[in-house]
Amino acid sequence: MKIDCSGMYYRKLNKIIRDAAEAGESEFILDHVNGQRYIGSGINKKIKITINGVPGNDLAMFMNGPLITVNANAQDGIANTMNAGEIIVHGDAGDVIGYGMRGGKIYIKGNVGYRTGIHMKEYKKQVPVIVAGGVACDFCAEYMAGGILVLLGLEKEGDMPITGDYLGTGMHGGVVYIRGGVDENMLGKEVSVLELDEKDMKLLKKHLAEFCEHFGFDLEEAMSKPFVKLLPVSSRPYGNLYAY
Amino acid sequence: MISEIPPEFIVKIDYEQCKRCKRCVMNCSFGCMQFKDRVIPDHKKCVACQRCVTFCPESAITITKNELSYKENANWTPEIRQNILKQAETGGMILSGMGNPRAYQILWDHLLIDACQVTNPSIDPLREPMELRTFIGRKPERLEFSADENSEIELATELGPQIKLDIPVVFAAMSYGAISFNAHKALVMAAKQSGTLMNTGEGGLHKDLYSYADNIIVQVASGRFGVHSEYLNTCVMVEIKIGQGAKPGIGGHLPGEKVGEEISKTRMIPVGTDAISPAPHHDIYSIEDLSQLIYAIKETTDYTKPVSVKISAVHNVAAIASGIVRAGADIVTIDGFRGGTGAAPMVIRDNVGIPIEVALAAVDQRLRDEGIRNNASILCAGGIRTSADMAKAIALGADAVVIGTAALVAMGCRVCQKCYTGNCAWGIATQKPELVRRLDPLVASERLSNLLRAWDLELKEILGSLGVNSIESLRGSRERLRGIGLDEMTLKILGVKPAGVGQ
Repeated sequence: MKIDCSGMYYRKLNKIIRDAAEAGESEFILDHVNGQRYIGSGINKKIKITINGVPGNDLAMFMNGPLITVNANAQDGIANTMNAGEIIVHGDAGDVIGYGMRGGKIYIKGNVGYRTGIHMKEYKKQVPVIVAGGVACDFCAEYMAGGILVLLGLEKEGDMPITGDYLGTGMHGGVVYIRGGVDENMLGKEVSVLELDEKDMKLLKKHLAEFCEHFGFDLEEAMSKPFVKLLPVSSRPYGNLYAY
Repeated sequence: MISEIPPEFIVKIDYEQCKRCKRCVMNCSFGCMQFKDRVIPDHKKCVACQRCVTFCPESAITITKNELSYKENANWTPEIRQNILKQAETGGMILSGMGNPRAYQILWDHLLIDACQVTNPSIDPLREPMELRTFIGRKPERLEFSADENSEIELATELGPQIKLDIPVVFAAMSYGAISFNAHKALVMAAKQSGTLMNTGEGGLHKDLYSYADNIIVQVASGRFGVHSEYLNTCVMVEIKIGQGAKPGIGGHLPGEKVGEEISKTRMIPVGTDAISPAPHHDIYSIEDLSQLIYAIKETTDYTKPVSVKISAVHNVAAIASGIVRAGADIVTIDGFRGGTGAAPMVIRDNVGIPIEVALAAVDQRLRDEGIRNNASILCAGGIRTSADMAKAIALGADAVVIGTAALVAMGCRVCQKCYTGNCAWGIATQKPELVRRLDPLVASERLSNLLRAWDLELKEILGSLGVNSIESLRGSRERLRGIGLDEMTLKILGVKPAGVGQ
């Protein structure tokens, strides 16, 4: 199904998508998207949505299954509390990507904003993944309780830092992989930097291979720089704040 | 370091009565009772939860306050000195559970209800119908009707989703994690039985309770625990929790002691970690952002569920509530500073926020002044103890009230305030299987239903004495209240005349 979204209010657009998906339509191509919010939000079917243009905030919020491809930049709140599905953004993305994300994957070609991966979760085999090709801003992986977050910094120039300040602050679960290492000044108090072991490498390679396939990068080049991993120091970073 | 904190309570055992059955030893979940050829209490461990007292078949146990543990001093009270000692020993913030226990003025107790005499007849609720049914949700500004060819009148205005309550009380948000599965189950069973709602709190909903969707409010808080599209559709109403009366402006840490396998699964966090709810939602830094989340939920539920926004009562509550209604909320839940909690720093719980009575009156008045009162229902939480409080809250403008602590007490809670330890001897605020088992959901739900039935009867008596036969006639009718012992400014905020003034 092809939809011309120019001038269309988000409520109408999302209703069309929801109703058609319910009726069995499995593929949507949205043209001239310009800031419409909540595309793909709360949809429980494995449909495909291709977005030509810049979607609005909360793309794929509470989403549970669809594959969304954005052929432009994306805004704030992508995959907010998302449960399952996949999002591929051929550009940069805004703030709070993957807030409270519970499952599924996000691949972003370029940079991400503030608080990427905040409060991601996981349970057993349900592990959310975010891979960003560029750099991130402050509070990346804040309060992370699970999941995998990969930052590549592929096209960053010179001494440009790969993240902002307070990386992994409040982290108490999950793992962050960073290509080319990270300046310790950027770290939150609750994380430590470790080297990758074989298991890490295998996991990383799997997600990077998918990333490179989506965006046409060379896997060998992506793997050419050494990675570091960030893990929480304690599973109870705030356990000693209180007198019982 | 050996603790120098004296015991708060003294456990006395009447060894003449004691049959050495060890039931107290088995029942004490705080490790206070030891058996060495007879029962030896460790006074320091007693929290006065009354479990041993209740279950001693010989009534051989009494617990008393350790009266002179601190020499009397009106300024340096035992509580203050005990907390200083605790802090000197640990360097930590004092944690506590339940609502603010301090003797602040309770405004409900300074409000009195009117009654009919001679000039207008009262109504006997035992013989005449009394309407307590309440509909929660956005109401239209005006109603339009159309007539078909048979001159049958039909409502033409499209109404948003409305929730029918048989009694204007719902159970407060208490999370699966803070309270046990059996407590959650008891609440939802009682809600179904009594035609009202329970609120999941912020820890998600156990799969076994999904079948009770028609009596459930699901909550979305900053930690986004257990929130997904199926959860959002397993309810009649979705609540965005911004604040909680017991701890306005701060987040929540469910202590790792309470995060076992089942909680880990529902919340999707590792076993044994503290479940961290950040102070703000990190996608909400403004009223506009709040609106974005409200409509994200409405999109996800296809506009079939009203959305509530819960805030704590703070100084600027009226303006904030106005913003919330304009952001698209269908319900505003206001939680006063005496509201309960599973765990909060004592300094916040006891010192931050304002009483629900004034907050409720201020919000209701502000929404009326702005002409948007019909756009949202008001739920009043945080310190509703009796059916009288409920009647007064409704007269001050609430559509319905919310009870947390009262519900816990009905289930068996003795308000020992140790919820944060996970050791609740009554099986309510714990996740330890051997303790959870102590609370029978069937029995607890019956006790809850009984409480609601009693309040239902009492509220009807109040309405009858007021000479009205519907809760709608009392709603927002502040003329039926009078204040005693209140200063002029407080009376003005409450919109209530002093006792002795006629109409």
